[in-house]
Amino acid sequence: MTAKLRKNLYRILITLALFAVLLVLEHTGRFEAWALPWYAEFALFALPYLLIGYDVILKACKTIRNGQVFDEHFLMMIATFAAFAIGEYPEALAVMLFYQTGEWFQSYAVGKSRQSIKDLMEIAPEIAHVLCEDGSFTEEDPEEVSVGAVILVKPGEKIPLDGEVTDGESFLDTAALTGESVPRKASPGDTVISGCVNGEGTLRILVTKEYEDSTVAKILDLVENASNKKAETEQFITRFARYYTPVVTIGAVLLAVIPPLAIGAAWSEWIRRACVFLIVSCPCALVISVPLGFFGGIGAASRMGILVKGSNYLEAVARVKTVVFDKTGTLTKGNFRVMQILPAGAENEKIIEDPSGNDAWNEAQIELLRLAALAEQYSNHPIARSVREAYEEVLRADASAEMNMEDIRDVTEEAGHGVRAVYKGKELLAGNEKLMTSHEIQTGADAVSGTIVHVAHDGTYLGAIVISDELKEETKGALAQMKRAGVKKCVMLTGDHKATAGAVAAEAGIDEVHSELLPGDKVAALENLMKEEADEKVAFVGDGVNDAPVLMRADVGIAMGAMGSDAAIEAADIVLMDDRITKIATVVDIARRTLTIVKQNIVFAIGVKLLILALGALGLASMWLAVFADVGVAVIAILNSMRMLGYRV
Amino acid sequence: MKKKFNCEVDCADCAAKMEDAIKKIDGVIDARVNFMTQKFTLEAEDDRFDEIVQLAVKACKKVEPDAVITVS
Repeated sequence: MTAKLRKNLYRILITLALFAVLLVLEHTGRFEAWALPWYAEFALFALPYLLIGYDVILKACKTIRNGQVFDEHFLMMIATFAAFAIGEYPEALAVMLFYQTGEWFQSYAVGKSRQSIKDLMEIAPEIAHVLCEDGSFTEEDPEEVSVGAVILVKPGEKIPLDGEVTDGESFLDTAALTGESVPRKASPGDTVISGCVNGEGTLRILVTKEYEDSTVAKILDLVENASNKKAETEQFITRFARYYTPVVTIGAVLLAVIPPLAIGAAWSEWIRRACVFLIVSCPCALVISVPLGFFGGIGAASRMGILVKGSNYLEAVARVKTVVFDKTGTLTKGNFRVMQILPAGAENEKIIEDPSGNDAWNEAQIELLRLAALAEQYSNHPIARSVREAYEEVLRADASAEMNMEDIRDVTEEAGHGVRAVYKGKELLAGNEKLMTSHEIQTGADAVSGTIVHVAHDGTYLGAIVISDELKEETKGALAQMKRAGVKKCVMLTGDHKATAGAVAAEAGIDEVHSELLPGDKVAALENLMKEEADEKVAFVGDGVNDAPVLMRADVGIAMGAMGSDAAIEAADIVLMDDRITKIATVVDIARRTLTIVKQNIVFAIGVKLLILALGALGLASMWLAVFADVGVAVIAILNSMRMLGYRV
Repeated sequence: MKKKFNCEVDCADCAAKMEDAIKKIDGVIDARVNFMTQKFTLEAEDDRFDEIVQLAVKACKKVEPDAVITVS
């Protein structure tokens, strides 16, 4: 509690005590018994009134000097002054007292939720131990450490900057970033990310990024800016507030003046009713509860390792009915393995379950693998990598074999198709069915499931290599969870062969598959889906490596496994720090709950205000009721918003 | 140029009012007063930046005398 809050609390408590005493005196008829003149009674109420309300009056005077008429302090001052004027002393004091109580509670609650978000984001490192030339270490602010410096991270400390381990071994706790404390091993050569907490070992790290480019700085910046991107609901309420206060204030003036002039009604009665209007004219309960709700939702998500870049995206996710997935690395593990090698015309196919048993491959198979590996030697595609890895294992098993690079020339990669190269002066092709068709090569009819790399040399089909990727264990459950969270359709986009894609989709529980897509086609496929569901939001989930354009095009782009991947963090609207697909259902759930809370707050706050306005105009609501309702609504809306901060899966 | 300042604002509505007032200043490209994080972000023309900051502080004083913007 800040000093300001504490001081105000004392003021409220003292005034409350004085008010209670005055009320008792009044109700037991002491004032009459003592035959107090009106001014003495006025003074008795005015003193505690000034104690509790002096700052409101001061602020009101300042704003009125600046020409701001619809300021809440000014309106409160007018309402209470009017109450004094018509002789309702206890009302005047009560209104100011409860108004201040409400304000106090608001500051307290907002401060609390602000603090809990800060606690969530306690990932910013305080110091870095930098290695000096003489071998000693100095403590420096992480912001001042430059790239290339070597830093020491002691057990239990946060890693201050992104870098590469040069010495030492340890386990890192990534909980602050991913929301899950699965320790990661860090040994020399590994890249480590700032914000992780070092385990038992001491590490020496070569800094590869400056602080402002490091993961921690990016995340903090992102979360801090998240509440800058306003949701539609938030904009609506700000606009509403802009009209609400002036309208109600003008209503109050009309209410006070017209009936007494028109039908000669009692001035005091209608001024009292107008005061009720002034009291409920303050829009703060509305304006605060909406962003606070979103803030809570974003906070709850970031604790789970889900970074939401703005309230608007949280709002969009809540309305997502279609989720589109990239297959590789999202639904599947993305670790491809060569499962079968099928030289053309041979019956000797062999399915290996354990890749260590590679010596069981025969010569024809190894030759096919060698050619494929040669063609794919420069490609970064995960499939190419798996082919190379398989061949490297063969090389390891047989020391006499050697990869002969000399004869290979002019390697060109055809995105989405495969690789074309010149080997021993003749064209060597390694890629999918489409690549073969475009070069008029007949492939063997196949009914295998998995990704297939066909190999052809000098126009002759040599055979196929079958590579498989496994579904992540949690994929199936995660999709079911998403359906329960309100997602209607799950779509998969993939460059894979139709049969393979269909098999994966069936296993995972995907509703719609678009297969054999080139990277460029994915955007088009997504756009078609978005057109189909024009009223509803479409989310795209990818790993952010080669699908950045799709991530950006979707209503909501969700990048997975983004820890340490700048491109993904940049392109996506929602970032999952680890690659657990179950987090998507979590973020949908968080978003839905947040939006429900926000809607409850809006309906409740506007509803109660309108009710009090109606009752006030009819003379059925006293100023007491009005101030209770107004403060009560604000407090309830804030408490409701704060529920999100305690969200657990 | 874009710069972030700490600021103390008491209510969300006040933050919105300050934002509106600052946006009306000549030379301001974008302004955000974030009530939740108590941060004021100003994006304005480079060569007049310091002057605009002063104008912004003055504008805030006018609509919300309570608010404190820390210009360091």
